[in-house]
Amino acid sequence: MATETQTKNVSVNNFEQCLKCSICTVYCPVSAVTPLYPGPKQAGPDGERYRLKDKEFFNEALKMCLNCKRCEVACPNDVHIGDIIQAARIKYSTQKPKLRDMMLANTDFMGSMASPFAPIVNPMLKLKPVKGILHGVMGIDKHRTFPNYAHQKFETWFKKEAAPQQDQYRKHVTYFHGCYANYNYPQLGKDFVKVMNAVGYGVHLLEKEKCCGVALIANGLAEQAKRQGEVNMASMRKAIAKGHPVLTTSSTCTFTMRDEYDHLLGIDNHDVRDSISLVTRFLQQLIEKGEIKLAFRADYRKRIAYHSACHMERMGWVPYSTRLLRMIPNIDFVMLESQCCGISGTYGFKKENYERSQAIGEGLFQNIKEVHPDCVATECETCKWQIEMSTGVPVMNPISIIAEALDVEETRKLNEK
Amino acid sequence: MNTQRKNYDVVVIGGGITGAGTARDCAMRGLKVLLVERYDFSTGATGRNHGLLHSGARYAVTDPDSATECIQENMILRKIARHCVEETEGLFITLPEDDLNYQATFVQKCTEAGIRAEIIDPKLAKIMEPAVNPEIIGAVKIPDASVDPFRLTMANVLDAQLHGAEVLVYHEVVELIIEQTRVVGVKLRNNHNGETFNVYASITINAAGIWGTLIAQMAGVKINMFPAKGSLLIFGHRVNNMVINRCRKPANADILVPDDAVCVIGTTSDRVPIEECDYMRVTPEEVEVLLTEGMKLAPSLGTTRILRAYAGVRPLVASDDDPTGRSISRGIVTLDHEKRDGLAGFATITGGKMMTYRLMAEQVTDLACQKLGVTKTCQTATTPLPGSEKKPELKKYSFAQKASEGRHGTLDANVKHGDVSNDALVCECEGVSVGEVRYAVTKLHVHNLINLRRRTRVGMGTCQGELCACRTAGVMGEEDGAQRAINDLAGFMNERWKGMQPVAWGDNLAEAQLTATIYQGLLGVDKLAKERRLEYYEI
Repeated sequence: MATETQTKNVSVNNFEQCLKCSICTVYCPVSAVTPLYPGPKQAGPDGERYRLKDKEFFNEALKMCLNCKRCEVACPNDVHIGDIIQAARIKYSTQKPKLRDMMLANTDFMGSMASPFAPIVNPMLKLKPVKGILHGVMGIDKHRTFPNYAHQKFETWFKKEAAPQQDQYRKHVTYFHGCYANYNYPQLGKDFVKVMNAVGYGVHLLEKEKCCGVALIANGLAEQAKRQGEVNMASMRKAIAKGHPVLTTSSTCTFTMRDEYDHLLGIDNHDVRDSISLVTRFLQQLIEKGEIKLAFRADYRKRIAYHSACHMERMGWVPYSTRLLRMIPNIDFVMLESQCCGISGTYGFKKENYERSQAIGEGLFQNIKEVHPDCVATECETCKWQIEMSTGVPVMNPISIIAEALDVEETRKLNEK
Repeated sequence: MNTQRKNYDVVVIGGGITGAGTARDCAMRGLKVLLVERYDFSTGATGRNHGLLHSGARYAVTDPDSATECIQENMILRKIARHCVEETEGLFITLPEDDLNYQATFVQKCTEAGIRAEIIDPKLAKIMEPAVNPEIIGAVKIPDASVDPFRLTMANVLDAQLHGAEVLVYHEVVELIIEQTRVVGVKLRNNHNGETFNVYASITINAAGIWGTLIAQMAGVKINMFPAKGSLLIFGHRVNNMVINRCRKPANADILVPDDAVCVIGTTSDRVPIEECDYMRVTPEEVEVLLTEGMKLAPSLGTTRILRAYAGVRPLVASDDDPTGRSISRGIVTLDHEKRDGLAGFATITGGKMMTYRLMAEQVTDLACQKLGVTKTCQTATTPLPGSEKKPELKKYSFAQKASEGRHGTLDANVKHGDVSNDALVCECEGVSVGEVRYAVTKLHVHNLINLRRRTRVGMGTCQGELCACRTAGVMGEEDGAQRAINDLAGFMNERWKGMQPVAWGDNLAEAQLTATIYQGLLGVDKLAKERRLEYYEI
């Protein structure tokens, strides 16, 4: 029966599965603040039908999409709405990336250029005239400050200070640190190593690590992202072959490598995907299985507000991190309402997006201010910049909080047996 | 009974493409014309076909005269109706189960008919049209295209009006007024309020498609029609961007046409009794045939969501005993009933195809002019239809503006764009804005949501009215009041379901369930609707 083949009804990114219920548009942070954006349903599955007819139906307004994927979380029928929009941008956009977009996108290159000169570059980037030039000439909004570059890269520190001791452990993991831990905030990587070592895992780096490419995809440089992705996949395959899972501390890198590689860049990652995990999820799963234990300092006190980064929501991994944090005995834990902070990586840095970006995050900022936390916890580095700039409240990665609260000696003992 | 004496040169019966084209031609030649239609424009075969701008290749082997007419009209319509035509081009493919020798005959016959048929490497065909069955062993490229019959009909009506024609929709001919041996006019019934009145004309032209046989009967004239039902399926999006045909003798489900944002497979062909022509239903067997054969043209049809099934009736004129109707000529039949039946003032134009409507109109208008002593020659082949004066630009606009310009061509200038109220979308699937609805309601003979759908594609997209219907009813209700809008809404949703029902499975069924939940469960439209208006029986 020909009608039976109809049960196998599948389409690219499930765009035909859309039942037009419009729930995605209700949850779209961009649609909530501007009528100029067509909304995920229109920009996604609806527009796709007409783009299949004529590419002239592509609309540059799709650039307003944050790629937060909250539409996909909301969709009751598993339509990959965000993917449809990003794929359309990759396929149909005729606007070439500007110099600014190249700079923002190439986090790897910019980091390796700036790091050695961090003491000069960091204060320079904060100077008003410099910001003025970046704003006026480059289109990088003057309200933004680039995160500080570290004088010593995480990789350099690791090779010098940590690598030699890693082989003494019985169990091992590989760490994909990402650009932020490497060039801007090596302490995050150090915290990771501290916790993993304490629970009895040796830490190793990938043979070759490239930027995951999320900023390249967002800035119209999909080809370069694909090349870098292939390098990462090849390195990860080697690590996995040794039995090392690949752990991360950044939610966005994780999401990009697990899902966007396959959906948007056409990189075959099916054999690697399940071995890539965020460190908090990895630890939480081991704790649940009774394979590791954590001991915390009794004197650690903090009021912590957890912010669910968009890509954490999309992966459905928020509970791993929050359960882990809630194990710390004397903290005061507050769950913030899940909403986008508005920065979306390099999006909020662009002059044309600044106001929209801040309008999107306004609800979250208010929520944080009302809660009065000592710090906000989130796995996304760009959420961190946005929240710190917009609320003044410090933001920490959950693994850094765990590292800070951890009783290292006690934890070591618990996991030695 | 409200009687009024109105005189015309010509009354044209039937608001399909033939009637609309005839009204246009007559009006352009300076005749005083009345066009009457019992329901809405293009509710018969005009609105229930493939939307294929035939190259004529399909008939080249079996019906060379029709083939020649098709290719000539094809080239004319590309020029005069460019906003209704999408120049997709087409393929005739040979599958392993087909006889490849047929290809040579086919190409030779096409060439004889004046159709540019070019044998191409199957590998090239697969590059040109990636959706085509990869197992093809032969391919011929021919100048098929896609045409929107609703737009084409409307453009002809608008031009007729611009040339002074009067138009009455929802007015049904209930009687031909005959004095001695001459038809002198028609008695009309207003199908909205039941009132009847007479109009008088020197010539009455019967362009009522398959229903023309019933019109002729009113004058005691017998036309031996052959009602051939054809069923088709609409898919949720385009899988192909070129028309795909089977290179063999015409058979079931061997044409796949990309139309707007969808594609359509068809058709079947079965003789049906004339009484059934008003109540066409697509059977499960027909759906099965369409799918099975369709998948041979483009395998991905098997896994593509089907939106609707529909059926129309070809107004073929029987000339032999073929029970399928496949071998009956698609040729044009112009009947001068004065000569044929001794009944003056009456002519019938039938047979033919949507493709050749303009030529049909020309022939019957020539006849009318000859009887009326009018010498002005036909201009319809060279004068662009309203909307087609120049190519749409499709640049720099929003999705809705592009969609609207695609639908109305230069007439899009009448649609208000650029302010929040008019730019708001009522139909997101097809990009129909409030402004476009307002334009259609005031200028395009729109009496209800179903009429509006034919003018704008509202409700023709993936959701089949789920979200757009209530918004559109709201806009129309601004003028007509809430109760009328609710009644209209109920009728519209029933009409949408009729087409979904034969293919109600998978996502289509889920869509229908959600729709039912919204309209029955949440809004209670079925309880609030007060009357079932006559016009819904047109569906």
